[in-house]
Amino acid sequence: MVGIPTLVHVGLVWVPTLASIFLSFTDWNGIRFSDMNWVGILNYEQIVTVFERDFFQAVINNLVLLLFLFIGPTALGMLIAYLLDKELRGSRVYQSVFYTPVVLSLAVVGFIWQSVMYSTEHGLGTEIFGGGEAVNWLGDQSFLIAFSENYGISRNFVAILVAIAWRHTGYIMVLYLAGLKSVDASLKESASLDGANEWQSFRLVIFPTLKPINVVVAVITVIEALRAFDIIFVLNTPRRTQVLSILTTNNLLGEGGGNVGRGSAYAVILFLLCLGFVVWYVTNHYRESEYQ
Amino acid sequence: MTKRLWTPSPSPSRVGIPLGRRSFLKASAGAAGLAIGGGLLAACGDDDETTEASSGSADGGLVLGSASGDLTIGSNYSNELPQMGLQAAVDAIPNGDINSMINEVDHNTFQENITTYLQNPDDVVPWFAGFRMQFFAEQGLLGDITDVWEAGLNDGLGEGFKTASTGLDGQQYFVPWTYYIWGVYYRPSVFEENGYEVPSNQDELMSLAEAMQSDGLVPFAFANDGFWPAMGTFDQINFRLNGYQFHVDLMAGRESWTDERVRNTFQTYADLLPIHQENPNGRTWEEAAAAVVNGEAGMMTIGTFIGSQFPDGDVSDLDFFTFPELNPEFGTETVEAPIDGWMMAADPANEGAAKEMLYHFGTATAQEAYLAEDPSVVAPSTEVDTALYNPLQAKVLEAVASAPTVTQFLDRDTSPEFASNVAGPRIADFLADPSQLDSILEDMQSQAEVILGG
Repeated sequence: MVGIPTLVHVGLVWVPTLASIFLSFTDWNGIRFSDMNWVGILNYEQIVTVFERDFFQAVINNLVLLLFLFIGPTALGMLIAYLLDKELRGSRVYQSVFYTPVVLSLAVVGFIWQSVMYSTEHGLGTEIFGGGEAVNWLGDQSFLIAFSENYGISRNFVAILVAIAWRHTGYIMVLYLAGLKSVDASLKESASLDGANEWQSFRLVIFPTLKPINVVVAVITVIEALRAFDIIFVLNTPRRTQVLSILTTNNLLGEGGGNVGRGSAYAVILFLLCLGFVVWYVTNHYRESEYQ
Repeated sequence: MTKRLWTPSPSPSRVGIPLGRRSFLKASAGAAGLAIGGGLLAACGDDDETTEASSGSADGGLVLGSASGDLTIGSNYSNELPQMGLQAAVDAIPNGDINSMINEVDHNTFQENITTYLQNPDDVVPWFAGFRMQFFAEQGLLGDITDVWEAGLNDGLGEGFKTASTGLDGQQYFVPWTYYIWGVYYRPSVFEENGYEVPSNQDELMSLAEAMQSDGLVPFAFANDGFWPAMGTFDQINFRLNGYQFHVDLMAGRESWTDERVRNTFQTYADLLPIHQENPNGRTWEEAAAAVVNGEAGMMTIGTFIGSQFPDGDVSDLDFFTFPELNPEFGTETVEAPIDGWMMAADPANEGAAKEMLYHFGTATAQEAYLAEDPSVVAPSTEVDTALYNPLQAKVLEAVASAPTVTQFLDRDTSPEFASNVAGPRIADFLADPSQLDSILEDMQSQAEVILGG
């Protein structure tokens, strides 16, 4: 019975993956197989020597997104969940409010923020923070934090991060809320009887029991950060907001597409990055299981 | 570099204008090139096309009226007016035995999936003239329709259009359908009210801009969301300063982006930025056009399609002038007028019907039927009744007909990959920080070498 799912998995996942790896060493234009030439590592070479500015900025953006999701929305989501778990009055209303963005796809989130918040002249963000001036939210590619002259975290990417956080926080909140509900109330009780303050009881008693949730959140965050695509794509990829999946797509599809070789090379690099996290996760997870 | 990543790029000089780099004399004779037919304005009501249609071709080529059966037509005419126009044009085919079916796809989706689509296409396919048609013709994805042209399309379409429809192998693969022009669009009422004059050179342009600024207007509305609108201004400055041939050679990868002339183009662009709206990269062209429509901005370098942003498409208060002269050597001889049209699949299910439909699309009957619904463009057939045109269309027609050389557009005159992955983003970088020009140009050149195989 395991045979069929395995076959489907291999056919739908591993065959295309291996094909991409193969194609990344060719110069195929996506039309006829007979036009395909083996070019060795030329595509990879060109990515880091000729197209390096767009490429390294994309890697930086992917990693910044990963780090940001761990720090921003995860901490905020956890805090909101902790507060809502206290059975405040109207906590269901708050839950719904924070959770609503999660049912929207990131592409829709992009459209909403573009038109409502980030419209240069008339956006809500402009009205609130602009002080009467137009604010170029998505078009300002100057660096908020510069790593060097050519690389850094651009202002428009930060604007996109905020839009992503708007949705992601609710997601994290729901996960932790479910986790907190399952924490045995007697644990909290005994902690407070032992004289633990709120922070100590959260850090030393509740947080450790949330471990399974933490693992889920970590996995989701890594996946979200590496597969990021839709919100940036629908915003027409403002300069310096590109991520690896965008570079892959721009070379494979679209008007600049048909460049299967280099597009596949970008995809393989993204794949290796994912693989790195998977290996790290699997080894850690199993090592910890062994201890138990 | 050991190998080319991209198929050797067809030369845009073959697009429209058979201008060889080496033989300038020969070229200037041909430079009538896309001079889209001298008789463009003169001819109307000529009935040649109908007689040709019924008699067909003498040498056993295409016999019009003989085809029958189902025909599939791909369409990216996904907005309401173009959609109705296409339906009307298809319905107007004289041969009632052809049962046409239009398969419509959203305009952008069609464009993004064109490579995949052409491997399993409809019989008749919409696309762009010139370089971008030639690329697919060279890949063997298009059907040769030379016999459609031989059946009499030449009579109604100027030589320039034929050249724009010709592949690198000298055969025809394209039937021109509509075109429009890039220029500086403005509202005549605003000019009249403030006593502005249409500028004819850079000094006049600058003093006009100064006058507008003192009247509280932004001289040029400016947008670059999607990275193509600012290419328009780049093209205008580039061929005004450096001439048509330099544009063509630069696009084809025969001239370098680090050339002093390109630097001059960007320098002039930078000089003109203070009279443009700030921060174009975050603004859509529709938003910029709105500034012209509601009188906040005086003018905008854009295509005729700006008319769609006027309330109810009413273009009675819309006019344009060609970009002013920047270099006396080249004057204002070049205009940019992208041509849209139709092609045939390499292996159509119903070849006879497909060719008849393509012939029909090249005639005044079909083009007039289309224009009746979508008045934002101009038809290439000289037999189209010019009395049907509004003053704006008539002016587009005149401007293109009187221009010795016509370009398509940056993203149509070079490899689409170079245009959308390199030129667009890099021009955006330049607009964000003109002081980065040197490193931007070096980047563009090294990437052009990889992509265009230069």
